[in-house]
Amino acid sequence: MTQVSLDGIAAGFVAPGPADFQLPDIFNGNQVLLTKASLLLVLAAIIVVVAFRASIRPAAVVPGKFQFAGEQAYSFVRDGIARDIIGERDYAKYVPLLVSMFFFVLVNNLFGLIPIIQFPTFSRAGFAYGLAALVWLIYNGVGIGRHGVSGYFKLQTMPAGVPWWILPLLIPLEFLSNILIRPVTLSLRLFANMFAGHLLLLLFATGADYLLIHATGPLVKPAGVLSFVLGVLVGFLELVVEVLQAYVFTLLTASYIAGALADTH
Amino acid sequence: MSALLLAADTATTKGSLNMIGYGLAAVGPGIGIGLIFAAYINGTARQPELQSKLQPIAILGFALAEALAIIGIALAFVLK
Repeated sequence: MTQVSLDGIAAGFVAPGPADFQLPDIFNGNQVLLTKASLLLVLAAIIVVVAFRASIRPAAVVPGKFQFAGEQAYSFVRDGIARDIIGERDYAKYVPLLVSMFFFVLVNNLFGLIPIIQFPTFSRAGFAYGLAALVWLIYNGVGIGRHGVSGYFKLQTMPAGVPWWILPLLIPLEFLSNILIRPVTLSLRLFANMFAGHLLLLLFATGADYLLIHATGPLVKPAGVLSFVLGVLVGFLELVVEVLQAYVFTLLTASYIAGALADTH
Repeated sequence: MSALLLAADTATTKGSLNMIGYGLAAVGPGIGIGLIFAAYINGTARQPELQSKLQPIAILGFALAEALAIIGIALAFVLK
């Protein structure tokens, strides 16, 4: 954590930093590395499963409110993401993956704003890496399953219509971009958005606390109130970013699967 | 250049070279996102009924361009 020393205010404010994201082990000293973040991950999975199962339990032809909400949520991902991106022919097989991925990431992100929990689990990079590794295995596996290894390699690295002499330059570039860098950017996008947003919220909240209670100086109280108000506004921005990042993660997963399934020319 | 690095090393300098790096890195994504949404607004202005068909493409482009800026701010905090 960095020490901030401002003129006119006692040098006691400690700005939040990456160390604030390292949560303590729950079973202290029991050799089990279980933190609040891992529990939140499991809790999000349980919430998604229970909510969907409860919403389809009535199974009425004319749905009630909860069943309608569940059906709308499901069809948002199925029509808006799966059918539009992957296409009519193959989309049905990937709908369970995309629906669960969208709502899993969404619930985990929304944990950052829920009062007692207040920790978006994907602000710990390891979770984002794991999810991106899963997506990587899936879209490569799907592509190799449909086209075979050499056919899939040709599909990803040699786009149609390029002259032969540019291929030695293009093949390593496309390989790097399509197969090696995609999981990195996928995970880093999710992780960095959640990390930066949570860090901003921490900064405004601890800054408001410090300015209102501990600091001395002429403009400290108004600055503290301003920091608090800005923190609330950044909270609303965080809500938008969280939903958007869940949507983009699922959209990109569908797009990579569609690219792997595309017909060779 | 070496004076800049020297200034960042000594204890008398306040501020962070990481943040200067982030500020420079945010120029590209800023321009890119502006271009993407300019194209989206132009497309909607020419043919308003296409707005909902163009929206997922605009959101996807925005997220891809913003990823670089977000990676910049995250690594500016994480790397010392």
